[in-house]
Amino acid sequence: MKAYALFRKDLHSELRTRYAVNSLAMFIIVAISVILFSIGQEKINENLTAGLFWVVIFFSAMSGLARAFVSEEERGTALTLQLIAAPSTVFSGKLIFNIVLVFAMNTIISLLYAALFESFVIKNFPLFFTTFVLGNIGLAVSSTIIAAIIAKAGSKGTLYPVLSFPILLPLILTSVSLTLSSIDGTSFAESIFEIAIVACYDVIMISAAYMLFDFIWKD
Amino acid sequence: MSSYSVVAENLNKSFGRRLIFTNLNFNFSDNGIFGITGPNGSGKSTLIKIIAGVNTATHGKIIHQHDGQKIVPEKLHNYIGFVSPYLFLYDEFTAWENLSYTSDIREIKLNIERVEYLLNEFLLYNRRNDDVKTYSSGMKQRLKFIFALMHQPQLIILDEPTSNLDDSGKESVYKIIEEEGKENIVLIASNEKQDLALCNSTLAIEDYKNQTENRI
Repeated sequence: MKAYALFRKDLHSELRTRYAVNSLAMFIIVAISVILFSIGQEKINENLTAGLFWVVIFFSAMSGLARAFVSEEERGTALTLQLIAAPSTVFSGKLIFNIVLVFAMNTIISLLYAALFESFVIKNFPLFFTTFVLGNIGLAVSSTIIAAIIAKAGSKGTLYPVLSFPILLPLILTSVSLTLSSIDGTSFAESIFEIAIVACYDVIMISAAYMLFDFIWKD
Repeated sequence: MSSYSVVAENLNKSFGRRLIFTNLNFNFSDNGIFGITGPNGSGKSTLIKIIAGVNTATHGKIIHQHDGQKIVPEKLHNYIGFVSPYLFLYDEFTAWENLSYTSDIREIKLNIERVEYLLNEFLLYNRRNDDVKTYSSGMKQRLKFIFALMHQPQLIILDEPTSNLDDSGKESVYKIIEEEGKENIVLIASNEKQDLALCNSTLAIEDYKNQTENRI
């Protein structure tokens, strides 16, 4: 309940300031427009479609998800949070907010892709849905803990994608492969190994994030 | 009346090679107003952040006890009220929203009577539904006192409590400090003579500097 209250506070703050939503929306529109302009009338193959789909997701996440902690540090309200909530509550609240944001963002990206890219036709929807859910959770967890780390650093803007890239690489690569399989129509059973990788990634990141957050949050 | 105590055992803090204080021991218990003094940069704010559990000591420990039971760090925030110039509330929310969200996050039912009493005491009742970004620095400082006192904490930590306050604001603060000091522990980190005049005893942080620090 405490984490949910923190999530409500963040959501209310976001609706007032539109700090993350505006930057995410602008990035999604610009990135998809650039891809559409660059491919012109060409029909891109499925490999490239799946890769570009996750490129847009990765960089959109980089442009908006750091907000969870960076805005608290920049406004000096991180101390306020330390004085009213335990570290695990703060992390849970921020994680819920980022999960909601990632799901909303990626739903919009998926719908735009489906509408604008001929080659983005999902033949195995359950596989795509599983990839979408597990991939989003992994992305939200990793982005949240990295945001907590970089929030105290000087050059946050540069550090965030640089630090996120190696940590998110296993997730992105596996998710690209699973997205390609769902476009190809590969069966669920044939993709079970990759699904297990993404599920394990999520479990490892959630465990590591909760174990490390105490140390990151205090001085 | 519940009993609360804060005990420091051989507290030591250094930033890299720079020693802030060493071998610091104290015991504040039950009630009273205690001062922490020292020149700028001597480590007053660092010490009170360590006491509040938002910073960690390099060596030694702080023990908080309530009714003889040791308080675990995860629960410590429920017993502490904190005011300082480097504490900020959410500018995009009104005073009431800030206090309401604070209660929700603490999972404590908002004590409307208490909050309204404090809003009146600190002359903010008529502005309670205005965004904090429209407040002057003195009004923000007064709101911090309401934020710190609304959950009736047993340990009230005040870092430069009267900064940015006008005479009426200072009067409200001194009145509240004296009231709270009768039942709770109030720690004041300040160099203001008027602030320190309220204290039952003071701790001079300069007395805990290692004389060899410049030779490290």
